[in-house]
Amino acid sequence: RSRIHKFLLCASGDLVKVFSTSTEEWVHVLQGHTNVVTGITLNPANQLQVYSSSADGTVRLWDFTDGILIKTFVIGYPIATLLVSNKHEGILFLVVPAKDNSNSECLQLVAAHVPKTLEQEVEVRELSSVLPNISPNPRAVGFGREGEYIASAEGLKLIVYFFRDQKPYRSVPLISSKGAKNTFTCVSCHPKDDCVATGHEDGKIRLWRNFNQKKEYTYTTLHWHHSVVNTLCFTPEGTTLLSGGIESVLVQWQYDRNSKYILPRLGGSITHISVSADGSLFTTSHSDNKITVIQSNLKVSAVIQGLVKGEAVHTDLVIDPRSKALVLNGKPGHLQFYSLQRDKQLYNLDIVQQEYIYQEGLDQYEVVKAAFDAHGSCLATVEERGKKLSDTEITLKFWDYNETAQSFVLNTTVMTPHDNRITSMCFFPTAETTMVVTTARDGCFKAWLLGQESDTENGPSWSCDFVGRYHDLQPTNCCFSADGSLLAVSFQEVITIWNPETWELLTTLCQPPGNIKDLCFGRLSCSRYLLATTTKNMLCCWNLLTCSLEWSTSIAVTLLKADPLSENMAVFTLQKEQTDLFVFKPCEPRPLFTQNALCVGEVQRAIFVPREEPLDNCDESSLWLNRSQLYFTINPVCHLLPTQAVIDDSVAVTPFYLLLGKHRQREQEMCGLPVTEQQGRLLHTAAHVLPPASFLCNMFVKSLLISQTGVKVETEPSEQQAESEKEEEESEEEMDSCDAQQDRRVQGLGVETVPLISKAQERELKKVRRTDYSWLSCLSDS
Amino acid sequence: MGEFTVHRVRFFHYMPSGICAMAFNRRTERLAVARTDGSVELYSRTDHFFQEKVVPGRQQRSIQALCWVGKRLFGAGLSGEIAEFDLDNLRLKFSQDAYGGPIWSIVCNPQGTHLAAGCEDGTVKLFEILEDQIRFERNMGGQKGRIISLAWHSSGTKIAAGMIDMIKVFDLDSGNAVQRLLVERGSRMQQSQECVVWSVLFLSDIIVSGDSAGKVKMWDVNTGTLIKNHQVTEWDVLTLSVSQDETSLFAGTSEGTVVQFQLLDVVLGQEEKEWVRTRTFKNHTHDVIALAEADTVIISGGMDTQLVVRPLLDKLDFKSRDSSLLKILFPQRSLVSCAKKAGLLLFQYPTHLELWRLGDTEGHGPPGCILPVSRNPEKLLHLKIKGEDHVCCSAVAPCGEWIAYSTTSGIRLYRLQRDNKNVSITKVPKLPKVLRHAHQLCFSPDSSHLYGTTSSAVHVVALTSAGCKFEHSLKPKSGSTHPVRLLAVSSDGKFLASANSNSEIHIYNMHKLKAHCTVPVYRSGVSAMGIHPETNNLVIVHADHQIFEFSIEQMQYTDWSRRVQKEGLHHVWLERDTPVINVTFNPQNPNHVILHDSYMFCIIDQSLPLPDRKSQFHNQLTLKSLPEAERLKHSHAFKECKLYQPLLCVDMLENQSLVVVERPLLDITTNLPAPVRQKKFAT
Repeated sequence: RSRIHKFLLCASGDLVKVFSTSTEEWVHVLQGHTNVVTGITLNPANQLQVYSSSADGTVRLWDFTDGILIKTFVIGYPIATLLVSNKHEGILFLVVPAKDNSNSECLQLVAAHVPKTLEQEVEVRELSSVLPNISPNPRAVGFGREGEYIASAEGLKLIVYFFRDQKPYRSVPLISSKGAKNTFTCVSCHPKDDCVATGHEDGKIRLWRNFNQKKEYTYTTLHWHHSVVNTLCFTPEGTTLLSGGIESVLVQWQYDRNSKYILPRLGGSITHISVSADGSLFTTSHSDNKITVIQSNLKVSAVIQGLVKGEAVHTDLVIDPRSKALVLNGKPGHLQFYSLQRDKQLYNLDIVQQEYIYQEGLDQYEVVKAAFDAHGSCLATVEERGKKLSDTEITLKFWDYNETAQSFVLNTTVMTPHDNRITSMCFFPTAETTMVVTTARDGCFKAWLLGQESDTENGPSWSCDFVGRYHDLQPTNCCFSADGSLLAVSFQEVITIWNPETWELLTTLCQPPGNIKDLCFGRLSCSRYLLATTTKNMLCCWNLLTCSLEWSTSIAVTLLKADPLSENMAVFTLQKEQTDLFVFKPCEPRPLFTQNALCVGEVQRAIFVPREEPLDNCDESSLWLNRSQLYFTINPVCHLLPTQAVIDDSVAVTPFYLLLGKHRQREQEMCGLPVTEQQGRLLHTAAHVLPPASFLCNMFVKSLLISQTGVKVETEPSEQQAESEKEEEESEEEMDSCDAQQDRRVQGLGVETVPLISKAQERELKKVRRTDYSWLSCLSDS
Repeated sequence: MGEFTVHRVRFFHYMPSGICAMAFNRRTERLAVARTDGSVELYSRTDHFFQEKVVPGRQQRSIQALCWVGKRLFGAGLSGEIAEFDLDNLRLKFSQDAYGGPIWSIVCNPQGTHLAAGCEDGTVKLFEILEDQIRFERNMGGQKGRIISLAWHSSGTKIAAGMIDMIKVFDLDSGNAVQRLLVERGSRMQQSQECVVWSVLFLSDIIVSGDSAGKVKMWDVNTGTLIKNHQVTEWDVLTLSVSQDETSLFAGTSEGTVVQFQLLDVVLGQEEKEWVRTRTFKNHTHDVIALAEADTVIISGGMDTQLVVRPLLDKLDFKSRDSSLLKILFPQRSLVSCAKKAGLLLFQYPTHLELWRLGDTEGHGPPGCILPVSRNPEKLLHLKIKGEDHVCCSAVAPCGEWIAYSTTSGIRLYRLQRDNKNVSITKVPKLPKVLRHAHQLCFSPDSSHLYGTTSSAVHVVALTSAGCKFEHSLKPKSGSTHPVRLLAVSSDGKFLASANSNSEIHIYNMHKLKAHCTVPVYRSGVSAMGIHPETNNLVIVHADHQIFEFSIEQMQYTDWSRRVQKEGLHHVWLERDTPVINVTFNPQNPNHVILHDSYMFCIIDQSLPLPDRKSQFHNQLTLKSLPEAERLKHSHAFKECKLYQPLLCVDMLENQSLVVVERPLLDITTNLPAPVRQKKFAT
C-alpha cells in the first residue's frame, strides 16, 4: 500500500490498483507482475513513480498517473519486502531468502544497486547483504531518520543497523516473564528523531531511544491495544504515531505527550496504515477487504469496500430480486448486499443489531439463513448463537422493504421459532401469499404467514400458521414448486409433498437409501419434476404427475442448484478432490454441459445470477449461461484455514485476475492474431462479470482457435459423457479416456501456443491459485 | 527433620504505618524513612537495605520532611517544629518551633550550612545550623498561601518554592522572590479546584515541578517559561527525585506508579537533548509519597506501607542480589517476645502491649493435620502505654511473671500475678535512675534479672518478689556509643551477648559481671543471634545472610563456622531478600538451629554436610521420593519450610512445641485506606 494524497495505490494479487482518494474510484491497474505483489514504495527521486516488488523476483518501476511500466529490474529471488530510502539513491533494499540457507523461512535484507541503463528490462546482479534473519512480515522492517539506519524486529529481538558505522546494535531486553507475549510484530521509525516504535503481541507499543548504547538504551511503553498491534506508522512530521490492531480502532498517539485519540468502529481489524506524504490523509486497510481513507483530524473521508470476507458464509448465496445484488454474510452479524456488476458493496444490513465486541472465544450471533420473497419486498433471516445444543439461541426475523428508507426494516422478531437449529427456509414463490416455511432439527416444519389485517398500528406482522410433522423424522429441506401449488419437505429419507393451502399431505416419495441432501423443483417446462440428492450419492428425479421415479443416477453430488430463469439445473460433484460441474435439464437425463476438474476442493455454495439482458451470440455449449451466470465458492482442502470460504470471483479477485493475466500474456505472445470482438469484450469487461474462470479459459481458447474444431472438442466429450452416465459402472473410466482423448486432440491440432486446456496446465494454474490463497491472508493488504 | 506441635498464631494484628517522607544520604549511604506514626527508620544501602536503627514514634508527631545535613538528620512536620534526631540514643535530640505554622518541607543548602523550612504562613524560614542546635536567621516571602515544597539550587543562591497554583523562586542575597511561575489548574477537575505543587526540583538550568493536576512540568530558570509539560497521571504527582548527574528523573503518583524521565539525545550523537518520559514502574497500590534515588536503585514508599527498592537494570553490570526488586514490608526486628516456660506471647504495638496465652491440645495426629484445640488461646492483658511516646522495646520473662517495656522517656516494669482466672499486674516502683530508657530489654532465663541497654552500657537489675535492685552496669571495652540492636542470654544465664548497630558483638560474663570477650566485627549488620543452650556457642546471622558460630568459652569461631566460610553458602540461601529475624534451638536435638525470616523458617542440621553449590537447595520433596538409604547421601544441612508466611516470629517453647506468628498480607492490605479510583480495562 502506498500513497500520495491524490492517488492511493494498493497491491492486490499480482496487480497494483490505483484508486482516487476523493472519489473512491478505481483509476488504473498496473499489471505486469506474474506473481503476488509484495511491496510498493514511491520512488523517492520522483514522486510520480512507484516501485513495486513481487514474489516473481522482479522489481518494477511504474508511472502510476498514466499507468505505464517504466522499468523492470530482474532480481531473481522472490522478494518479500521492498524498501527505498531518500539517502540511498539507486539502491533498493529487498528482503529475499537467504542464499546459503535452504530453509525458505530464513530471510535476509540485501541492498541491490540499480544499474543506470536505459533499457526496459535490467538484470540486477549486485546484491550485498545487509542484515540476516529478517522477519517475513513486511511491517517489521523500517528506515530510520533520513535513512541513517534501518530497524528490524524479529521474534524477541530488535536490531538497528547504522549505515555509517556498518554495525548493528541489537537489543534483547524484554526479559519475558512467564506469560508475557513480548514478540515484536511491527516497527516504525520516527522521521526526525532517533526513536524507533515497535508494536508487540501483547498490545503494547514501545518507543526505543538511545539504542546505540549497549546497556543504557531505554524505552517508553504506550498501552492501549488489548491484543496484537498489527501496524504502526509515524506521520511525516513525526508529531503523531498511528497504530492499529485487531480491535479495528485507529489510535493516534501524540508523540512526546501521553495523550491519544481514537477512531473506533472501522470494520475489520486494521492490517496496514499508511500516511500521505504531506500527512493530511491516512489510509487503513482492513482484513475485511476494505480500505478507509481518513483525514488527519480523524474523520473518515472515503471507504473503498470490496466484498467483505467474513469468517464463513453461513447463509446460502442469495440474490436480492430488487437490487439484483448478491446477499451473503458480511461483517459479523450483518448481511452484505454486493453488486456483482459493479464489484461494489451496496450496503450492509445489520441483522443482529448488537454491538460487535471483538474477543476471542466470545460466542457471537451469526446470521445463518436468509431468504427473499419473489419481489424482494420481504426478507427473512435466522440468526443463532451458541455452539452447544443446550445453549443455542435462535431468532427468526422478518424484514420489510421500506421504500422511503431504501432499506429493510424489521417487522417481526420471533425468539426461538424452533427448539433446534433451523435447517432450511424458503419463501412462497409467487406474490399472492407471503409465506415462509422453515424446517428445523426439532422434527417439525412451520409455515409463517404475514397477518392480513393490521391489528396494530405498525402494520401486519408475522405469525405461525401451521406446524407439520412426519413420523418424528427430522426435516432437512423444503422447497416450493414454481407456481406455489406444492410444498416438498424432505424428512431424512422421505420426501413429503404438501398442499400449502389446505396443509394436506398429498403424497410421499421415498428412494432409499440415504438422507436427502438437496431438494429442488424443476422450472418452467420441467415443473412436473422434483429433484433430490441423497447422502448416498444418488441424484433422483421424480415425475410428480405419476408420482414415480423418472430416472436416477449415482454421482457424488455436493450441490444442486436450479436456474430460476430456465429449466437448467447445475450439479457439482466431488471426485478425487476435484469438483466437476454438470448442467442438465430435468426432463432429460443428459447433461447439457460438463466441465471436469472445475476446481480443487469442494464447492460450498453456488448460485445462478440472472443476467440483466440475455446473451444472444453464445455458442452451443455455453447456451445455458445466456440468461444467468453461475457463481460458486469453494473450500480448498489444502487451505490453511479450512473454514474460510473464498468467493471465487470476487473476494479472491486475485486468482481470477491471474488467469486473466495469463490470457493477456498469451495474447502478447500470439501477436498477429486478430482479436475478435468477443475476445475484446472478454478482456475489457471487469472480471467479476465473467463466468467462472475455468469456463472462461475454454471460451477464450475457443475464440482464439478456429471455432469449428473448438466446438468439436467441447461437444464431443460431453456427448460421450452423457452416454457414459447411463452406463453407470463404466463412467469413470470412460471419462478418463475422454479427457485423454481431449488432450490428444488438442495436441493433434498442432497449435503449440494453446495448450491451455491440458490438464497439466490447468493443474498448474490451480497451484498458482492455491499459493494465492495462502498469500491472501497476509498479503492482500500489503 | 523432626516433628513439632505448631501453634499457628494469627492474632497478632501488626499493622505497619504508611511512609510519608524519605531522605537518602549519599555520603553515608543511609536511607532515612519517616512513617505516619512519627517513627524514623534508618536503612543501610550498602548492607542490602538492612534496617539498622528505629527511632520510635510519638503520638501527634507527623513528619512531613526529612533532611540530612552531613551525618545529622533533621525532620519537620505539621506540628511546626524542626527536630533533630539523635541517632545514637534513638530519640529526639532537640526540637525548635519555627513559628510559621505547620511545616511542609525542609531542605538544606548544598553547602550544609543552612536549613530552609516552608511553612503554612507562606514564608520560607532560613535557619543556620550550629553545632548542637539551629538558629533562626531570616524570613523570605510572607504572602498568603502555604509553601508545600522547596528546592535549593546547587549554587546555593536560589530557592524554588512550590505553592498553591504557582512556584516562586527566591533569591537568597536579596531575600526577594525573583520569579513567579504560574501553574495552570487541571482540566479534569473543576477549574475552581486549586493546583498544589507537591514537589519541585531545582536542576542546574531547569526547575521541575509535579502538581496535583497530574503534570510534570519543566521550566526554564532564567526566563521562567514552561519548556515541557508531561501529563503523567489523572491524579496527583506527589513526589519527584533526580539522579545526581541530572539525566534521569522520577515522579511518584497517586496511582502508585513511578514514572521515569530521561534526558536523551533527540538525534543520536548530537548536542540537543530532551526530557523524555520512558519507563513506568507500578509496585505500589496506593500513593507514592516519597522517592529517593541511590545511584543504581530507585526507592519508593507510600501509603501502602511498603518500601520498594527497584534496581535500574541499565546501570547494573551483572546479576546479583542487588539486581532484583526488593520490597520491605515487615519489620526486620522481632516485635514478639515469648515466655518459653509459661507459654505466653507478648505482642508489641506502638501504643499498647498484648499478652496472650497459647492454646493447648491433647490430640495427636499424622504430620500436617490440624489438631483439635482443647483450650483456646486467651488474651490475658491489654496494657496501654502511658504518655505520648511509642514503645521501643518490650520483654516478658520466661516464667511469665514479669513484663517490661521501654519508651524513649522511661522504662516500666510490671509484675504479673496469674490465678486460675484472674490476671492482675502491679507496677514495680523505683526503677534505677540509670535505666531511664532502653533500646533492648531482656530477662535472664531464670527470670531473676532484667537486662536493659542504653547506647553506652548494659544495666543489670535484680528482680525479687519485693521489688527490684540495680546491680551493675557493664560497658563495652571499645567504648562505642552505637545503640544495641540485639541481646542474647545463654540458657544457664552465664553469658550475655549484645550486638549494636555497628555490628559489634560484646559478650559479658554475668556471673562475674564483667566483659568476657568480643566477636570479630563483620562488615554486615547482625540481623539475629542466639546462644546454644548446651554448648554456649553463639550463632550469628548477618544481613547478607552469612552465618557464623562463635564458641564463647573458647573465644573463637567453631569448626562448623569455619567450614561454612570455607565452602560458602548456597546461592539460593544468599539470594533471599529478607534477613533472618530470630535464631532459636531445638532442645531435643542439639544439632538443630532454627532460623526464620519473613517468608520461611529453616532448620540447619549441623551434623549434615553443607549443600554443594550445584546441588538442589530445596530438596525436601526429592528426598521424600528417594528410598531411605539414598536419602542420607543427598540430604544437606538446610531444611526450609515455607508453609507459614509471612512470619513475624518463630520460637520453640520448653514443651517442644513451635510457635509461629503469622501476619497474612491480605489482612494488612484490607486495613489500608482505599486507593484512588482507576479505570481498569474490561471493568
